[in-house]
Amino acid sequence: MAGVIARRVRKQRAFRWTVLLVLGVFFVLPFVAMVEFSTRDAETWPLLFDWPQLSERYPALAEGITNSLLQAALTAVLMLVLLVPTAVWVRLRLPQLRRLVEFICLLPLTIPAIVLVVGLAPVYAWVTYFLGGSSLTLVFAYTVLVLPYAYRAIDAGLSAIDVKTLAEAARSLGAGWGTVMWRVVLPNIRSAVLSAAFLTVALVLGEFTIASLLNRTNLQVAINFLGKSSATMSVAVSLTALLLAFVLLLLLSLLGGRRRSSAAVAPVSPKETTT
Amino acid sequence: MSGVAVHLQGLRRSFGTTHALDNLDLSIEPGEFIALLGPSGCGKTTALRVLAGLEDADSGQVLVGGKDVTALPANRRDMGMVFQAYSLFPHLTALANVTFGLSLRGRKRSETRAREMLELVGIAQFADRYPHQLSGGQQQRVALARALAIEPSVLLLDEPLSALDAKVRVQLRDEIRRIQTEVGTTTLFVTHDQEEALAVADRVGVMRAGKLEQLAAPADIYLTPATPFVAEFVGLSNRLPGVVTDDEVEVLGTRLPLLAPASAASVTALVRPESVQVTPDAGGTGKVLTTSFLGPISKVTVTVGDQLVVAQVATDRLTTLAPGTPVRVTLSPHPVALA
Ligand SMILES: Nc1ncnc2c1ncn2[C@@H]1O[C@H](COP(=O)(O)OP(=O)(O)OP(=O)(O)O)[C@@H](O)[C@H]1O
Ligand SMILES: [Mg+2]
Repeated sequence: MAGVIARRVRKQRAFRWTVLLVLGVFFVLPFVAMVEFSTRDAETWPLLFDWPQLSERYPALAEGITNSLLQAALTAVLMLVLLVPTAVWVRLRLPQLRRLVEFICLLPLTIPAIVLVVGLAPVYAWVTYFLGGSSLTLVFAYTVLVLPYAYRAIDAGLSAIDVKTLAEAARSLGAGWGTVMWRVVLPNIRSAVLSAAFLTVALVLGEFTIASLLNRTNLQVAINFLGKSSATMSVAVSLTALLLAFVLLLLLSLLGGRRRSSAAVAPVSPKETTT
Repeated sequence: MSGVAVHLQGLRRSFGTTHALDNLDLSIEPGEFIALLGPSGCGKTTALRVLAGLEDADSGQVLVGGKDVTALPANRRDMGMVFQAYSLFPHLTALANVTFGLSLRGRKRSETRAREMLELVGIAQFADRYPHQLSGGQQQRVALARALAIEPSVLLLDEPLSALDAKVRVQLRDEIRRIQTEVGTTTLFVTHDQEEALAVADRVGVMRAGKLEQLAAPADIYLTPATPFVAEFVGLSNRLPGVVTDDEVEVLGTRLPLLAPASAASVTALVRPESVQVTPDAGGTGKVLTTSFLGPISKVTVTVGDQLVVAQVATDRLTTLAPGTPVRVTLSPHPVALA
C-alpha cells in the first residue's frame, strides 16, 4: 500500500520536473541567446547604462526610452483617475450599468491594434492639431488600450470588499465622498490599484503597433529602428525592457501573495473568547 | 445625554412598482428604544435608510429633534448606524475604526474616547486587532462602539444580530439594551425576529407592506394585537373556528372575549398555544398527535375532531401526554383576535 503511494508520488514528482524543464528551456533559451549576442561587443552593456554617452551615440533610442517611461507613468495616472472613481460610483449608485461599463472596458481587447489605429488615425489628426505631435499624446490611445486589464484588476479589488456597506458606514459617521474615496475605498483596494498600474506600465513599455503606425517614437519603435543599424544594442535594450517587465510582473504577483498570507496569519490566541 | 425626538411623516418610497414605504408615520420619543418588526420585504430597512439619509424618500418628511432633516445628506445627519453585514473598515484596527468618526469631527483626545467606547461594549482587550481577527459578535460590538462614539442624536440598528448564532444573539441584544439605557440615545432597531423585538424594546412597531400596523409596548402588542396581522405575526397562533354571540366568541366549547367586534357570526379565532391547556382525560374529546421537546417548555399537537390544536406545556408534563393519549382541551379566557 505504502509502496504504491510512494511510487505514485515519485512518478508525479518526475512529471513535474519534466514539465518545468521543458518550459524552462523554452523560455530561457531565447534569453540566453540574447545575452550571448548582446555581449559579443564588449562596449554594448556599459554604454547602455551610461546615459549621457547613450543619448549622444543613439539619440533616437534615448528619446524612445524617455518617451516610453513618461507615457507609462502618465497612462497609469490617467487610467487610475478615470477608472477608480467610475468603478466605485457604478457600484454604489448605478449597479444596473455595471455590465455595460464592463463591456465597454473590455472592448479594446476584442479589437485588433491595427483596426484600432485605423479608427484612431482621424482622431489623432485632431489631437495633433490641438496638442501638437508630441509622442506623449499617445497616452490617450494607451489609456484605452490598457482599459481591459486595468478594469479587471480594479473590479476584482472592489469585489473583494463590500464597497456599498463600507461607504454607507463611513457616510453615516460623517464622511464626505472625498473622504470615503481616500480613507475608506482606496486603502482597501491598494493592491488592486498597484496591479492595474504595473500592468499598465508593462503594457505601455511593450507597445509597438500604435506608436509605429501613428508615426510616434517610443521604446519599441526605437529598438526596431536601431535593429537595422546596431543589432547588438537593440538586443541589449530589448533584453533590459523584457527584464524590467518581468520584474514588474513578479512584484505584482508578490503583492497579491503577501496580501493573502497577511490575512491568513492572524495571531488569535484561543483563550480570548469574548463574543 | 438624553435623546431627541424623531418623527417620520407620510414617508413614501417606491422601487418600480413595489411600494417599500407607503405613507409611513412613526413618532419616537426622546431616548426611546423602538423595535421595528415585520416580515421580509415590508420596508423596515428602507424606513431606516430614509431616516439615515442613505435613501431618498419620494415624499414625506423626517424630523429629528424638531428639525427637518429630509434634505440633509447622510454625512450631516449625525446618526450612528450598525449594519446587518459586517461593516468595519478592514484596513483599520478596532480602535482606529472607532476613532474614524471622531477624527472626522476634529475631536481632541479621540483615542481616549474610542477606548472608553470599546470598554463600554466590553472588548477593550481587542483594540489593536483587525476586523478579520475578530469573531462576528466582536465585530458587531466594535460597530456599535463606532456608531456610539460620535454621540449620535439617533442610533440605528438594522438586524445587527442576524448573522450571529442564537446564544450570542441573545447575549448581545441584552447588552445593546443595557448600553442604550446607559447612554440614553434614541434608538431604532430593525428586526424580523419577534422575540428579539419584544425582549428589548420600549415600544414595538409592527410593519406590513410599507405601513405601520401597530406601535405599542411589547405586552400590548402581544396581548391586545390591533389587527389579525399583528396577532398572527407576533407569536404563532392556532386558527380555530368560532361562533360569535354578543361580544364573545365560542371556540372549542369555551366562551372567549373579543379584541374587536366581529362582523360575521361564523369566524376564525386566533388562539395562542400558551392559552391552550391539555389535561389527560379518558373521556376527553381530543387525542395527542405529536409532542416536540423545546427545552423547558414543549409543544403538543392535539386533534379535536378534524381540528389540529397546538398547545404549549411545561416539559415535565410531557410524560403524561404520550401520542395517542385522550385529552381534554380547554382555553384560557384571554381576549382573542379574529382572522
Ligand atoms: N434598491 C432597491 N431596488 C429595488 N427594490 C428595492 C430596493 N430596496 C428595497 N427594495 C424593495 O422594497 C421592499 C422593501 O425592502 P426592505 O429592504 O425595506 O425590506 P425589509 O423589511 O428590510 O426586509 P428584510 O427583512 O428582508 O430585510 C422590498 O420589496 C424590496 O424588494
Ligand atoms: Mg432589511
